[in-house]
Amino acid sequence: MDILSILAESTRSAFGPIAAIYALAAIGLNIHFGYTGLLNFGQVGFMLVGAYGVGISVAVFDLPLAAGFGVGLLCALVLALLLGIPTLRLRADYLSITTIAAAEVIRLVYRAGFAEPLTGGAFGLQNLSADFRTLNPFDAGERYGFGLLAYNGNHLWVLVVTWGLVAVMAGLTWLLMHSPWGRVIKGIREDEDAVRSLGKNVFAYKMQALVLGGLIGSLAGCMLAVYQASIQPDQFKPQVTFFLWVILLLGGAGRVFGPVLGAMAFWFLMTFTDGVLQGMGALGWLPFLDGPDYGAIQLAFAGLMLVVLIVFRPQGLIGDRKEMLVNVK
Amino acid sequence: MSSDEANVGAGVDRMVGAEPVPGSAKSDPILVADGVRRSFGGLTAVDVEHVEVQRGTITALIGPNGAGKSTLFNLLTGFDRVDRGRWTFEGRAINGKRGHQVARAGMVRTFQLTKALTRMTVLDNMLLGAPGQFGERMAGAFLRPVWQRQERENTARALVLLERFKLIDKRDDMAGSLSGGQRKLLEMARSLMTDPSMIMLDEPMAGVNPALVQSLLGHITALRDEGKTVLFVEHDMDVIMGISDWIVVLAQGRVIAEGRPSDIRADQQVIDAYLGAQEETVETQGSGE
Repeated sequence: MDILSILAESTRSAFGPIAAIYALAAIGLNIHFGYTGLLNFGQVGFMLVGAYGVGISVAVFDLPLAAGFGVGLLCALVLALLLGIPTLRLRADYLSITTIAAAEVIRLVYRAGFAEPLTGGAFGLQNLSADFRTLNPFDAGERYGFGLLAYNGNHLWVLVVTWGLVAVMAGLTWLLMHSPWGRVIKGIREDEDAVRSLGKNVFAYKMQALVLGGLIGSLAGCMLAVYQASIQPDQFKPQVTFFLWVILLLGGAGRVFGPVLGAMAFWFLMTFTDGVLQGMGALGWLPFLDGPDYGAIQLAFAGLMLVVLIVFRPQGLIGDRKEMLVNVK
Repeated sequence: MSSDEANVGAGVDRMVGAEPVPGSAKSDPILVADGVRRSFGGLTAVDVEHVEVQRGTITALIGPNGAGKSTLFNLLTGFDRVDRGRWTFEGRAINGKRGHQVARAGMVRTFQLTKALTRMTVLDNMLLGAPGQFGERMAGAFLRPVWQRQERENTARALVLLERFKLIDKRDDMAGSLSGGQRKLLEMARSLMTDPSMIMLDEPMAGVNPALVQSLLGHITALRDEGKTVLFVEHDMDVIMGISDWIVVLAQGRVIAEGRPSDIRADQQVIDAYLGAQEETVETQGSGE
């Protein structure tokens, strides 16, 4: 077992496109939960409609990629309105119940037989990144970077665009949350009746936050489709949402860079535990486990690390402990 | 205590011409409610025929537990929906309006369980109250130079209020670090940021350290003296008799009596329905120990 190469591989995945895509989706979730206090347990649903917006536009209707992004964002807008209109006037629990169910229903509908002409059913859609690659300013055949942090031209292009979007969305979050709009949003997180009593239309603010976070989540889905060049419905299982929650809590909810750091730390840990398990297996230290079992053990191990972190750093990596421990009622 | 003593506490009689009977007409009402009714299942919580609140006075709403005081408060301020009834505020009908619309019309409320926004600073709590902020629109939020001027003006106004409510030293502290009484003060100061003409206080003295009660009372009378109308729900009889210009007594959802403190103290119906009931409760509690 080469611990150095495992560490290098983990570092690589911390800066990789998947980490960037999760960071983007978690920024959306941060706007929902970290700032507004909305319990969205279906962020993966927004990613799904974004990814399929790109997929269906490009693979089925042969539209340009930009149109695919537009469709993905539009679908997310519609989804946010459908989720928000009936639930945002009610207690917080209703949104969480609705989002968790809706995300799963959407996945099942997209993979159903009747949807196959559009969505490709359980097999999904392929050949989605031709347009993206023609825009690539890097040479696809060449490797950029140094040592283990080198990427080929196509990957580097995805990396630059996705991390670029992460930077833009983090900047957008910072601007919004340091404005009077953000003050109302944070007030709603603390106590929406108090904010309502001061003459603010709480429902409208919650809806704006739900839509904005959903759009950012759908952008993450769009980038996933572009990065993988193919999408399958079963990539969008509920566990993706829960990974996003782990990322958010790990990094620090209600902090601009919380989701970004959280995503990097999460994918570092996931790759690291996977590498260590594979290495131990290769050395014959895990005779009672088959290869496929590693995945389950890896998740349990990552969960354990999370528990340790929550015990010793409940505010996340960059949260404010003082703020967290403030007397709540 | 004679009626003269009660009037010393309230200063001059601001209720000239008002008859001490349920539903009596006032000379200059700011709030007029008619046929307000709300039931929960089979229970009628509020069934108010007619009630008027005189502008520029402190009016207390009293009644035994379960009389419907808080429900009436919630209804009038748009935090609950009526079954039927209409009411006007400053001559405009506001029944059916939602909570934030009522607040914008100039009728601001506080809560029985204080709602300080705990993980925000005291100053941010205050600034949240300021009306008509350009930067509170989502698109406006990006135009920092535009809203910063407004922000400076609001901050100046907030600091004046914090000074008055003796919270100025706490302005950068999290509101969650304040004591119960300070939170009440903050909530009151914050509601003044909306520049209301009428303030509805839901049990402003509940859970407040006795040492702070006098200061809170001082703030409430000061509000009236600068021309605002105060309607408040309270349990403490000394407080009510001491500062109210007018008292409305609610029992089982109905207005059973209205009048100056001296009228209410002498009203047999009130004694039966409220004071008597309270004594009974005290006795029951006493015997239970």
